[in-house]
Amino acid sequence: MSLSAQVAAGTEAVKEEQEGRKRQLSEGARAERRLGWMLCAPAVIVMIAVTAYPVGYAIYLSLERYNLELPQDIKFVGLGNYAAVLSSPYWWQALKVTVVITIFSVAITLVLGMILAQVMHRTLFGRGTVRTAALIPYGIVTVAAAYGWQYAWTPNEGYLSALFNNSAPLTSEYKAIAVIILAEVWKTTPFMGLLLLAGLSLVPEDLQKAAMVDGATAWQRFTKITLPLMKPAILVALLFRTLDSFRIFDSIFILTGGTNNTGSVSILGYDNLFNALNLGIGSAISILIFICVAIIAFLFIRGFGTAAPGSDLGR
Amino acid sequence: MAMATTGRQKTGWGTANTVVVVLALIPVLWMVSLSFKTPAAVLDPSFLPAGRQWTWGNYTGILHTSQFIRPLINSIGIGLISTLIAVVLASMAAYAVARLRFPGKAVLIGMALLIAMFPAISLVTPMFNIERSLGLFNTWPGLIIPYVAFGLPLGIYTLSAFFREIPWELEKAAKIDGATPFQAFVKVIAPLAAPGMVTTSILVFLACWNEFLFAISFTSTLASRTAPASLAYFSGSSQFTVPTGPIAAAAVVITIPIIIFVVFFQRRIVAGLTSGAVKG
Repeated sequence: MSLSAQVAAGTEAVKEEQEGRKRQLSEGARAERRLGWMLCAPAVIVMIAVTAYPVGYAIYLSLERYNLELPQDIKFVGLGNYAAVLSSPYWWQALKVTVVITIFSVAITLVLGMILAQVMHRTLFGRGTVRTAALIPYGIVTVAAAYGWQYAWTPNEGYLSALFNNSAPLTSEYKAIAVIILAEVWKTTPFMGLLLLAGLSLVPEDLQKAAMVDGATAWQRFTKITLPLMKPAILVALLFRTLDSFRIFDSIFILTGGTNNTGSVSILGYDNLFNALNLGIGSAISILIFICVAIIAFLFIRGFGTAAPGSDLGR
Repeated sequence: MAMATTGRQKTGWGTANTVVVVLALIPVLWMVSLSFKTPAAVLDPSFLPAGRQWTWGNYTGILHTSQFIRPLINSIGIGLISTLIAVVLASMAAYAVARLRFPGKAVLIGMALLIAMFPAISLVTPMFNIERSLGLFNTWPGLIIPYVAFGLPLGIYTLSAFFREIPWELEKAAKIDGATPFQAFVKVIAPLAAPGMVTTSILVFLACWNEFLFAISFTSTLASRTAPASLAYFSGSSQFTVPTGPIAAAAVVITIPIIIFVVFFQRRIVAGLTSGAVKG
């Protein structure tokens, strides 16, 4: 027997032994595995039935000419609907509005949320009151809050309009978008603040003290210690806020209804379904929005590296 | 926190606190003020209604019309049923994620994450057609099913974070005493998990209560329209009244449960919101 054959036989024996051990373990492990699958199955079935299946169906619909008003005129048109959407100025306008709202509201929310987190973290008095107050915008029904903003900015009726010379911002494109961003920032800053607060509490107080002894200013401590240590919490908060903002629908629906070029991509999708009754084009819009969201999520998750949400849960 | 606090710093933080509270509450107080304004007072932009122009009329109006009462019942029913189903299914899955070894766990977590980020509008067009053909359009299940699906990721994340804090040894001890894994789940882990489940239920319920896009897309009459969706179809207590006051009153009514939740369960909500995001 040559040496290599001996080695091969040796590894073979080790393998067999390992497999034997596996087989012994598998009685308990198999029961555990089966229980795990059984416990997850209902949740997985519901999630697939409600998301994966409709998305697959939307892909199929998006390749057809399908108008609800002309149910006999259903025809396979390939990528025709996508060409129609991507060459339409309405799509690009809606995408532009959505991106502008997302970038501004997320950036402003991040800064204000950081300030709010610092306030909640540092104050000793009235901490409960501040948190309760901050949670109200988070919890409030978006539609209810949007009506509040709409009436507040209605000339002759609203206090904010009166404050700004009876102006009517909701009737002009840029001002209306600013009001939409304002409503979004008010509603979501508390959520951002709470997520950042949780990240802030992971920054060890000793490090801050040591830096203070070494003569670091408050700003230096914030940029050199707090921010780097909070990076994972910031990225998670940014990911969720960005995707949330990109899906904006409720407040625009109430505030402007998408008039004056203020509609987001979600508004466009909704209008196309319920006003144009066009399932083919509507499905193409759905898929394009889905792709946009997937790209945003992909970029963020690449940015996370190992700090990706869920990597810890998987362990 | 433990840093030396001088008197000046105290006033500084005190001011900051006040600013936060005021900014958070002004839009809410404006809605409350509007809801008490008479139709004439609505046309006056002052923040509070002047002297004699307070009225309960908007509230009595909306509480006597099925236009609002029926959607309120729908909202409560759909919200509670969706929450119950989502939390039960999520706690089963979260238990498996936190406690058991099985292949496919990473897939489950990835799927939950994907759905948490899913654009709801992408579902509206295909689901509208599916619900029409299955007869689910404009019914309670037509909303409960998507609400459960979107409540699940939130539930799985929050609950598995809570479940991992539960001491392992107790479950082992129960197993040594002869309990099956299922008994260990029901008798030992479930009671320990109750606080996490309460928190998760609150978060899922708030999400259902708040939902608007599906609510206006998959309903067409009072049979299943929820309260937020009903606001968009409000016409006031009579045809000739401006609906501003009634809408404000309805908005206040649907905001009250949230304020109650927030005041009573403040700590739990904060813990729940941050557990999944930071530890996960």
